[in-house]
Amino acid sequence: MKLLVCLLAVVLLAACGAAPMSAPPAAIETGIDPASWVRIAAGPYSSGPQGQAARLDHDYEIMVTDVTNAQYAAYLDAALAAGTVKLVDGDVVGYYPGDAYRGHKHEERIDPGDYLHVPGNTVELRLIFDGARFAAMPGYEDHPMVMVTWFGARAFCEAQGGRLPTQAEWEKAARGNDGRAYPWGNELARNQANYYNSQDIFEKVFGKGGDTTPVGYYNGKSYGAYRTLDGASPYGLYDMAGNVWQWTNDVTEGIHYRFMRGGSKADYGYMLRSWSSNNAGPEYAGPSVGFRCARDAQ
Amino acid sequence: MSAARERLSFLFTSTKGLILVAIAMIALETAFFGFLSGPMEEFGVRSFMVRNLGLDLLPQEREGRIIILYHTIAMAVVAIQAYMITGLVPMKRSQQVVVNAAITVGYLTSQVFGLWFAYFGHNYVFHGLFIFGQSLVFFAGVALAYALWPWRAEYRTAETDRARTRGGLDLERVAFFTMAVAMLGSALFGAVPGSLFGNGFETFLAEDVVRNPVKTPLQLAVIGHLHIMLALIAVAMTLILSRWFDFRGRLHKWAMPLIIAGTLIITFGVWAVVPFEAIAHIIINVGSFPVLVGSWLLVWFGWRKITRERLAAQDLTRPSARQRLAALLHDPLRFGTLWQMVYMNFVVTALGIFMAIQLDEIIRQWPWREERVTLTGHWHVLAGIIATIILLYYADLAGLKGRARQWFGWVVIVASNLAFGAVAVFETKRLFVSEAAQQTLVDYAILLTDIGLATVLVALAALMLWRLADLLKRRGRWRAELEEARRRGQNEQEVLP
Repeated sequence: MKLLVCLLAVVLLAACGAAPMSAPPAAIETGIDPASWVRIAAGPYSSGPQGQAARLDHDYEIMVTDVTNAQYAAYLDAALAAGTVKLVDGDVVGYYPGDAYRGHKHEERIDPGDYLHVPGNTVELRLIFDGARFAAMPGYEDHPMVMVTWFGARAFCEAQGGRLPTQAEWEKAARGNDGRAYPWGNELARNQANYYNSQDIFEKVFGKGGDTTPVGYYNGKSYGAYRTLDGASPYGLYDMAGNVWQWTNDVTEGIHYRFMRGGSKADYGYMLRSWSSNNAGPEYAGPSVGFRCARDAQ
Repeated sequence: MSAARERLSFLFTSTKGLILVAIAMIALETAFFGFLSGPMEEFGVRSFMVRNLGLDLLPQEREGRIIILYHTIAMAVVAIQAYMITGLVPMKRSQQVVVNAAITVGYLTSQVFGLWFAYFGHNYVFHGLFIFGQSLVFFAGVALAYALWPWRAEYRTAETDRARTRGGLDLERVAFFTMAVAMLGSALFGAVPGSLFGNGFETFLAEDVVRNPVKTPLQLAVIGHLHIMLALIAVAMTLILSRWFDFRGRLHKWAMPLIIAGTLIITFGVWAVVPFEAIAHIIINVGSFPVLVGSWLLVWFGWRKITRERLAAQDLTRPSARQRLAALLHDPLRFGTLWQMVYMNFVVTALGIFMAIQLDEIIRQWPWREERVTLTGHWHVLAGIIATIILLYYADLAGLKGRARQWFGWVVIVASNLAFGAVAVFETKRLFVSEAAQQTLVDYAILLTDIGLATVLVALAALMLWRLADLLKRRGRWRAELEEARRRGQNEQEVLP
């Protein structure tokens, strides 16, 4: 019994130790272009766990990957120059016209005004600011942009002439119309997506929670001894399961929460199923939350 | 052949044998399906089992599988409680036999065929048998409520140191009856939406819809059902311990009316969640308080009794504080059942109240996934604590004595408290650590949880193996327990115990 107590004491004390240090990852070339978009035609798609037949009546385009740190840094520089966002105490903030408030239980007001886009003073942010310009941290250029609020994601997409995808657009793009659970089918292999304890090369550095992987990382390519499986969706989108949650556009009556899809590096595999969603207030920014944009078909 | 028949007779006709079978079935189920998640999944055991055992685990059906798994465990737990009640509360032998027989066939049928249906391909005959088994459990519940009917003349009590009305109505029996009827109604509360699964009503886990601004009546019924069933299982366990400790005196007179009133109010509050969702929580909170106070009174009585009896046995008339404490702790099984109830107040009740009070200010500022972790952690701990109370009580029933009793009792208490404490830290981690900095804490919280739970399971396995070894003996403990059960059950009309 004494041995048991001593063992527990040692384990408890060890738990008070520091978290693994962040170290810049080596730059990885995935061969997937983060600036590319794919066109998705109107038509049927599977919705929800039962794969119910649903339909979208419009063509749209959606980014092949999540928005990267490099893309967001470039946008911030342009947006700051144009005055569409501003810096307040190191945070990036911008205007939002507000939502209708209906006074539902737990609903919070989103009135017109300035809202947080990117919190500046946080170690989780993979951007650096030298007082004049933003840049991605070395090695993180092609990793998905994280620590971005729904407002910040929306503003980026609007600056590109687009918008965030609706949940329906997101799900159609992720799984098509054959009822599959994941973008590539019904089986989830550890080397097909970045999720909790997926044992990718970043987890060896950062622990089971891992870190973001470069966008398009899981495309069937080998990185040294680590071979990935192709995680592309039926429409050729990458990272539609795992890596980071992706903000979607929907504003639901009676709640202020915004929805995210796709699961993340910090979630168990079942959260990566295409119908799984997460939600948070629009000013939430987290190290496992990013986004991609959509736009009406040109 | 006769030897096998005798053993089967012990396992399926005596209270202790029936409880042993049900605990063993839960242990087997927990061990087997534990390989599909948690650390075993991370070690690749799940993949191995899927490949080699023909498990059919479509990701689209995960929630349905989990719901069936929960129900099969819950049926066995309810069966254990029914065995305990029919063994502790006076009723006719014939009533005891009907209840025990129906619930045994019911939970075993639902367990075997439910799990087969859920995990090994969908044979809908098996699904039908799963439902049939649960229906038998429900029927057993009706029979139990009938047997517990407290207004029969023979169950009036003249004992003035127990809660009773002027007419001699035994309020403890009323509490058992109230709990049983509330459980039957609450089972129907879940059965109605359950019967519509697949007919336009999709399977879901309650924690997954917690932020939906509008929930359908069927969703609300499911959410109410799972909450009230767990609450009533906790009430049932409190009442079972009350009988075991021979709870009586002034505290008993306070506790029983509180538990009866609380049970009724909580149940009404939960049932009201469909038509009056906005106020249902207030009603439930009002009802929870008296039940909680009733359980504290039982703990107070029980610990005083344990201490007093031990001091008397030691012939200590003027004990020191240390001697009192030693007396209180001398029997980990009796102390532990009540301690687990107290510990529940820290890792379940207090946390739950905090979460409710700080819901909008803190919890709802997190992403839903973080809130989900708090919810699932919360009820898993509650269910786990109830399971350990059952285990400690059964260890006493099984006749664990001496050093084995000490080791088993303390290992279960310490290991489970460690695990549940670690889960409490894990589920509330966002209060004191950010997502980016959480990994070390998460790793150790999960490690301690796994160590604690694995240790409890090892203790459980040891207990089961001990009883299995005993079953192999010609004149083992099982035979004495069977003969005792036969002696008590000789007269068909006799009121037991």
